[in-house]
Amino acid sequence: MSDLTVTDRIGWSAYDALVMARRNLMIWFKVPAFIVFTVVQPVMFTLLFRYVFGGAILTNTHGYVNYLLPGVIGQTAAFTSFGTAISLAMELKTGVLDRLRAMPIARSAVLLGRLGADIVRLLVTLLTIIGVGYAVGFRFRNGIGGAFGLLGLALLLGVATCCISAFIGLAIKDEESVQAFGLIWVFPLTFVSSAFVPVQTMPGWMQAFANNQPITQIVDAMRALALGTSTGNHVWVGILWMVGIMAVFIPLAVRTYRKA
Amino acid sequence: MSGAVARAKQQDHAIIAEGVYKAFGKVKALDGIDLAVPRGSVLGVLGPNGAGKTTAVKILTTLLSPDAGRVVVDGRDVLKDPAGVRSRIGLAGQSAAIVEEFSGRENLELIGRLFHMSAKGSRDRATELLESFGLTDAKDRRAKTYSGGMMRRLDLAASLVNKPNVLFLDEPTTGLDPRARSDMWGVIRELVAAQTTVLLTTQYLEEADELADNIVVFNHGRVIAQGTADDLKDTIGGDVVEFTVTDPRKLTSAVRAVTGCGDGDPEVDKDKGEITVRAGRNGSGVLLDVVRQLDAKRIKVMGLGVRRPSLDDVFLALTGHRAEEDGSLNAETSKEASGE
Repeated sequence: MSDLTVTDRIGWSAYDALVMARRNLMIWFKVPAFIVFTVVQPVMFTLLFRYVFGGAILTNTHGYVNYLLPGVIGQTAAFTSFGTAISLAMELKTGVLDRLRAMPIARSAVLLGRLGADIVRLLVTLLTIIGVGYAVGFRFRNGIGGAFGLLGLALLLGVATCCISAFIGLAIKDEESVQAFGLIWVFPLTFVSSAFVPVQTMPGWMQAFANNQPITQIVDAMRALALGTSTGNHVWVGILWMVGIMAVFIPLAVRTYRKA
Repeated sequence: MSGAVARAKQQDHAIIAEGVYKAFGKVKALDGIDLAVPRGSVLGVLGPNGAGKTTAVKILTTLLSPDAGRVVVDGRDVLKDPAGVRSRIGLAGQSAAIVEEFSGRENLELIGRLFHMSAKGSRDRATELLESFGLTDAKDRRAKTYSGGMMRRLDLAASLVNKPNVLFLDEPTTGLDPRARSDMWGVIRELVAAQTTVLLTTQYLEEADELADNIVVFNHGRVIAQGTADDLKDTIGGDVVEFTVTDPRKLTSAVRAVTGCGDGDPEVDKDKGEITVRAGRNGSGVLLDVVRQLDAKRIKVMGLGVRRPSLDDVFLALTGHRAEEDGSLNAETSKEASGE
C-alpha cells in the first residue's frame, strides 16, 4: 500500500472506520439489552427526577424540568462511554481485536469506528430524551441555535468521556472488571455537579469541587444555551476541559490499543 | 548470508524467523527463536503453556514487534512492511474471534468488506466458505447459538476470507471435544492439500503428530528440538518391543533368548516380568525376531507388541517433565494468557 497517495490513505482509513462503525451499530441494534441500557435508562431518569425529586428542588428556571433536562443530557453523554469501555474490553478478550489488527485495515479504524458508532448511539438517545422532555414540560427557550448548541456540547462531552473509557476498557481488558469499575468514576462526577440540583445546596467543601469540575461547566453551558440565560464563561471553559481531556486520553487510548 | 542465498531462501520458505527475541519486563518470552517453514508445509509448534508459542504467533502476524531478530512472512518483512504481511496471512487465535450477535454469514461478509471486497464479492466468498465448512444450514443463525466446534470452524473460515498464503492457527482445537477435534483436523488437512502454508501451535502431542510435516518443540522461549515426528521419536530410541513373561522362573532364559534382537541389551522389570527391547525404526523386524527366539525356547509370553513412543515421551526426555504438566506455569504464562 506504500504507493497510495495521502488522499487515498485518508479515503481508505475513512472507509475502514465506516465499516467498523456500521458493524458496531448493527451489534447494538441486535441486542435488546444494549438498547434498554442506553435509551430507556436516561428516559427513566428524566421521569423519576421530574416527578419524584422535582417537587422538592427549587430552581429559577420556569420549573424543575427545564433545569433537569440539560443535566440528564450531560449525564447520559457521560454514561454512554460505558458501552465503549465494555465493547473494547470484550473484543480484546475474545481476540476480535487481534484478528482485526492482523488484517490490512487502517490502524485507526477500530477506535474511530467505535467512537463513531457510540456518538451515533448517543445522538439517538439524546433525541429520545428531548422528545420525552417535551412531553413532560421541557421547552427550548432560546430558539434552534440554542438547541443545536446544546446538542453540540453534549456530543463533545460524549466524545471526551468515550476517549477516557476507551483507555479504561483497553487498559483493564477484562469485561467483568469493566462492568464493575467502568462507571464508578462517572457517578460522583455527574451527581456532584449542577446536573440535578443547584450546587449552592451542597456543603461548602463539595461546592468547591462541584463548581470547578467539567460536567458542571458543560451542563451550565447547555442549560444557558437551552434557556437563553447568560452563558458566562461556561461554554469556553467547558470546551477547554473537553479538549484537555481528549489531548490526554486520545494518545493514552491509542498507545494502549497498539500495545494491547 | 549473501543476498542471493537469502533471496532463494525467501522463495522456498513462507516463514523465516532469525534470532527473534521478545521480553516482557524481565521475562524472556522468546529467547532467540529461528524458524524456516517451507512453502506448502505444516509446522507444528509444540509446547506447554507459557513456552512462548502465542508470543511467536503474535510476532509473526505483526501483532507484536520483536525486540531483536528478523522475521519474513511470504517474502515481506514484518517490521518494514506489516501491511504487506497482513494482506497475505490469516490468523485464527485461541478463542473464536467472531461477533456472536452476527450470523455466520454476516461475520464472513464483514471480514470481506474490511478486505475491501465488493458487497457481492464478500457475499459470494462467504457462501463459498460456509459451504466448505459445513455451515450452510446454520448460516443465518446467530453465532451465539453455534456449538463449540461450529464456532471454531466459522473462526477458521473467517481467517480464510482473503485466501491467505500463510495461515496461523493458535491452538485451533483447544477446548473441543474429540469429535469436533477430528473434524477440525480434516479441515486443516484440506487446507494443506490446497497448498496453504500452515503454522499451528498446540499443546496436544497427538495433534502435532497428526497434522504437522515438521515439529518444533518450544520450552521457555527456546526451540529445544525440531524435526519430523519420527525424528523426534528417534531421539529417545525409536520403537520398542515389549512383552511379559508368563512364568517368572523363565525370565532369565527369556532375556538370554532375545539378547541381540534389538539395539543394546534388553531392559528387564523383574517385579512385573516385563522385558523391553529397543528397536530403532525397525519395530516389526525386531518383533518377528523376538517371536522366533522365544518360540524356539518354548517361552510363553503375554502382551507382546511394538510400541511407538508418543511425543509425550519425547517431551519427557527433552525437558524432564511431561508436556501437559502445569509445573512450567510461571509469570510468562500469565503474561501470555493476558495477551501482552
